[in-house]
Amino acid sequence: MLRYLGKRFLLILPTIFVPLIMVFLLLRLSPGDPAGMMLGDQATADQIAALREQLGLDRPLHVQFLIWLKGIVTLDLGQSIFFREPVMEIIPRYAGVTILLTLVALTLAVLIGVAMGVISALNRNNPIDRGVVTTAVLGISVPEFWFALLLIFLFSVTLRWFPVSGYTPPSAGLIAWGTTIFLPALALGVRQSALMTRMMRSSMLDVLDEPYITTARAQGLPERTVLGRYAMRTASIPVVTVAGLSAGYMLGGVVAIEIIFSLPGLGRLLVEAVARRDYPVVEGGVLTIALVLAVLNLLIDVLYAILDPRIRYK
Amino acid sequence: MTAAETTGTEEAREGFGASPNRTALERFLRHPTAMASTAVLVLLGLVTILAPVIAPGDPMRVNPVARFTAPGAEYFFGTDNLGRDVFRIVVHGGRTSLLVGLVVTVVSVSIATVLGLVSGFFHQVDIVLMRFVDGIMAFPSIVLATAAAAYLGASVSTVILALSFVLIAPSLRVVRGQVLVVRELQMIEAARATGVPTLRIFRRYVLPAVTSPILVQASFIFSAAVLGEAALSFIGVGIGPTDLSWGNALTEARDYIGRAPWIVIFPGLALMITILALNLLGDSLRDILDPRLARRR
Repeated sequence: MLRYLGKRFLLILPTIFVPLIMVFLLLRLSPGDPAGMMLGDQATADQIAALREQLGLDRPLHVQFLIWLKGIVTLDLGQSIFFREPVMEIIPRYAGVTILLTLVALTLAVLIGVAMGVISALNRNNPIDRGVVTTAVLGISVPEFWFALLLIFLFSVTLRWFPVSGYTPPSAGLIAWGTTIFLPALALGVRQSALMTRMMRSSMLDVLDEPYITTARAQGLPERTVLGRYAMRTASIPVVTVAGLSAGYMLGGVVAIEIIFSLPGLGRLLVEAVARRDYPVVEGGVLTIALVLAVLNLLIDVLYAILDPRIRYK
Repeated sequence: MTAAETTGTEEAREGFGASPNRTALERFLRHPTAMASTAVLVLLGLVTILAPVIAPGDPMRVNPVARFTAPGAEYFFGTDNLGRDVFRIVVHGGRTSLLVGLVVTVVSVSIATVLGLVSGFFHQVDIVLMRFVDGIMAFPSIVLATAAAAYLGASVSTVILALSFVLIAPSLRVVRGQVLVVRELQMIEAARATGVPTLRIFRRYVLPAVTSPILVQASFIFSAAVLGEAALSFIGVGIGPTDLSWGNALTEARDYIGRAPWIVIFPGLALMITILALNLLGDSLRDILDPRLARRR
């Protein structure tokens, strides 16, 4: 198991470094002087020169890269221009919301996907199945930020079941937190749950045709055991493998969702930092999202190995 | 085959059972989902191209007297908070949305095809490119494109550049996978043995073999590009505020959703219909061009 995880970890490294290197190059190679752009029109030449030196922009590219790499490894990303404090003190204040939102959305997507997929497979080709398949096709095509607006219109504005926007941390009461996180998570998870429904349905149909299911039924095992213990466990493996990709997709989706629901998360911080040209925060945001994604993927790999013991020995 | 997962699978099976030699075009013409989604896309394309005829006038023109008019005979889709005609916004906004989608698709799929061919044939290149692809694929493209907007400024060209770049990765993987299969075929070995130059082998044998998966991939990339542009413009880091697209049109709509839901509904609906049609087209093309894959699913 440890060896397997070690190998998975090595494979995850590019996921962290490729986006970061791209951001590094974007800043250095884009036209214009980043220091001048960060400080705005009012800055004096001395201030710009000082910032260039502070950011190391006056050194050769390969030296800059090594300094930057050291900063990443020691988690020192410099000072935010806007907040005037270290980036690594700002990020944790925002990361929690994003991580919770992604986890809730992922959980919702898996639950909805697995349940709908199984219901659909057990009703093969009857109206229920067709309904689920059609809904899934629509679900895959719905832009989540638009879906979020529709959810607000229906549940917050018209029915008044949920607040329109804002965030209550879990420490202030789980129910209050739940009402602020449910709609954003649902909107964030809608496309992935539709994808998982399709995947679960086809994998469940494949598994139901397997001889060992026939055997289990022939031995007179109750249908609940056959489906729950034998069929669903095997059928859910493909869904778990895509959960990592789904998580990556969702961490992109959080940007729009956090803005729509006014959640103080990383996505919103990132967009605000882009508008303020606060490059250290942009870099820190990308790094954090890459790290969260890497940890989530490792967790999913563990889950995968638990579900499918063959994986550990490959 | 288990059952029709996508709406078109049944037809694909019948088409194949009846006549294995039927050409792809004939199968396409007999495939209801493929034809319907193509019709929708052609219609959308025509409407946006003919925007000045269908919805004449400046879509950005404000008309304070007519603010928040509900959809009706005068304004089909109603008006927004500034009294702008939502129908005009949707029709004109579609131009940017579809054009960005088209350009991104052509650029990224072309680059991915070249890189995929190289990657499939040259192992050293493959190792480097695949690590790069792993890194890009797992990471949310919206976040990368947002970061790009920070450095390059929010504009149509930034959006095209950023989306083309991140969308190379998935197509590259598809092309490379197919090339790896094709290069092991005997015809390639035979061509090599008789001394056919590598470039010619690419053109004559490998490229035709990867065309089908590229076509399927292109539909999905198109859909991802349209969605990507909309999402970026919606959060304000896409095309500039003076330009018009479906995503842009939704940005301010959130604040007026209770008062004038039509501002939200129509641009989003146009966006969703486009993405739906592209996804269905991709699904149908996969059924038509690769029946083995369709059967397995």
